[in-house]
Amino acid sequence: MTALLEIRDLRASIGEKEILKGLNLAINAGEIHAIMGPNGSGKSTLANVLMGNPAYEVTGGDILFKGESILEMSPDERARKGLFLAFQYPVPIPGVTLVNFLRQAVNAVRGEEVPIREFREKLFSKMELLKVDQDFARRYVNDGFSGGEKKRAEMLQMAVLEPAMAILDETDSGLDIDALRTVAEAVNKLMNPNMGLLLITHYQRLLNHIRPQFVHVLVDGRIARSGGPELAEYLEARGYDEFLAELARA
Amino acid sequence: MTTAPEAIVGEYKWGFYDPEEALFKANKGLSREIVNIISDMKGEPQWMREFRLRALEIFWQKQDPPWGSPQLKEIDFDDIHYYVKATDRDERSWDDVPEYIRRTFDRLGIPEAERKYLAGVGAQYDSEVVYHNIREDLEKQGVIFLGTDQALKEHEDIFKEYFGTVVPPADNRYAALNSAVWSGGSFIYVPKGVKVEIPLQAYFRINTQNMGQFERTLIIADEGSQVHYVEGCTAPIYRSDSLHSAVVEIIVKRGARVRYTTIQNWSNNVYNLVTKRAVAYQDAVMEWVDGNLGSKLTMKYPSVYLMEPGAHGEILSLAFAGKGQHQDAGGKIVHAASNTTSTIISKSLSKDGGRTSYRGLLKVYDGCENVKSTVRCDALLLDEESRSDTYPTMEIDAPDVHIQHEAYVSKLGEDQLFYLMSRGLSEEAAAKMIVNGFVEPIVKELPMEYAVELNRLIELQMEGAVG
Repeated sequence: MTALLEIRDLRASIGEKEILKGLNLAINAGEIHAIMGPNGSGKSTLANVLMGNPAYEVTGGDILFKGESILEMSPDERARKGLFLAFQYPVPIPGVTLVNFLRQAVNAVRGEEVPIREFREKLFSKMELLKVDQDFARRYVNDGFSGGEKKRAEMLQMAVLEPAMAILDETDSGLDIDALRTVAEAVNKLMNPNMGLLLITHYQRLLNHIRPQFVHVLVDGRIARSGGPELAEYLEARGYDEFLAELARA
Repeated sequence: MTTAPEAIVGEYKWGFYDPEEALFKANKGLSREIVNIISDMKGEPQWMREFRLRALEIFWQKQDPPWGSPQLKEIDFDDIHYYVKATDRDERSWDDVPEYIRRTFDRLGIPEAERKYLAGVGAQYDSEVVYHNIREDLEKQGVIFLGTDQALKEHEDIFKEYFGTVVPPADNRYAALNSAVWSGGSFIYVPKGVKVEIPLQAYFRINTQNMGQFERTLIIADEGSQVHYVEGCTAPIYRSDSLHSAVVEIIVKRGARVRYTTIQNWSNNVYNLVTKRAVAYQDAVMEWVDGNLGSKLTMKYPSVYLMEPGAHGEILSLAFAGKGQHQDAGGKIVHAASNTTSTIISKSLSKDGGRTSYRGLLKVYDGCENVKSTVRCDALLLDEESRSDTYPTMEIDAPDVHIQHEAYVSKLGEDQLFYLMSRGLSEEAAAKMIVNGFVEPIVKELPMEYAVELNRLIELQMEGAVG
């Protein structure tokens, strides 16, 4: 079976600085993976590179999605192929309502004009699923949103776009415990056996709510260790400093 | 002779032209003789002829403003036809308008718009108004909507009382030029308490090459009345330049409300040098919604003079400058009374080396208390070659004034583009979405049909903007 997403010896830099230094990872449909790591280990770079942010340069390796290299694809082509990134810092687009934005995004991803009625029904059902107010869709995208609202808007986008593979970049950051729970519940509702999920997080707390089968620790641009959920708890108990010291001794 | 049009902007849809069939076309150049010919042909009263001739002297004496665009010097005043009369009459039925002119306005969609969503329409072709009509019910309520020349004939008393009082000929060089050779434009009088709920629209079309269009618009909103006037304009694309220099005067009486919306889409060979000013009296509201997308050079700063307590002035300015264009736009608010408020919102976009400037004046006279004003200017640059400047002037001579002023210049954000593209939008669709969002605060103030039209114009301007 080909993995849904396969990252092979990936190297990437921003400016002159190499951040990812040969990263390997394979995710199958139905699997939830978590990548944890200290600040500066390359977590956000990985998220951006996977989605094709032109600010980063891939200098080696490959990314295969549904068995096909996506390195040469622009971000919109990747999205249309079924890749989704929930941003750590969702970008405000003043003057553009969430509903208009989502409509265009859905049309773009599907490659055809979705009838307005069908779109509205889908949007409202997903909003209900995520317990989002109907007014929310009429607000300008991420403009003046609280931290929790931004993350919920990301989840709503994911729900409506129905990607095959979703990457959640630090989705727990800036959320209080209630907001975290709401967002995690949303993710759990959206996860399905045909979908792959990659959680990128600094803290273990998100993983109390969304349970991954696989946990990887990213250190200095490489996966330093992989394991099951127990690895996250181990990390949380010891802290990154001790983990790093232990790695150095090994 | 008509020169074959040369496309300057490939996407400009209104660049077609009619063969010139003018009844009368003045020779190029400006002289007392030309002014006399215009006045003779119009059969004007003596006072108007004298007004014109005085204004001509003022024009000859006046210089361009020192802060104006250096491009002004490129205007060759001897190479302009100051008066081109296509027809003899200002008709009330499209059926009576000469066939070829009616076809042009059909292509511009004016009669259709009139049937669908307007309370009245005026249409000017070169120097003369060829059509004017208003819904009967409004006419019965005493609303006057006429071509300005016809209004002078039919309502000389009220005309004379207000004409030239808001923008005197000596105001600036182009106001003087307009005063000397003015022709056409709209005249609106809304009686006390009458509210015109649906917009009145005028459409201005230049057809003749090397033409000067100098329409003159006068709007009087009597106490407690209300009106929304919309103007649009286009011209063929010729190799040589044309000049459009209008004067608009608006009197908003006690408790009245006037909104004046412009969607300026001249071809890129038109100099657009316009003086627009309104005076607002007690508790009156004057709003300018000024969209500038076309022309080679526009210099236009709609103004509101707040003359009595409770008056409110609002200027929403939108400018889009593409290749070879300079939009020097903005607004002026003068607080000449206590308890007056104002807002200026300016949004400008530049691409392909286009240039936008915001030029604004906010003045508060000594002795005015409790004055509030908000000024906000946002500029968005779509590429590295484009340019935007802000020239805000504030003359505040009173202590009890609350002013907020914000100005931002931003570049089309890589982070915004990446975000939208990560949701499947192509780079071009993403850029259009960002731009549409940027102009939304202005567009949402327009009636739906115009909002759609403006968004479409912006999309056309955006074709090939990125990537």
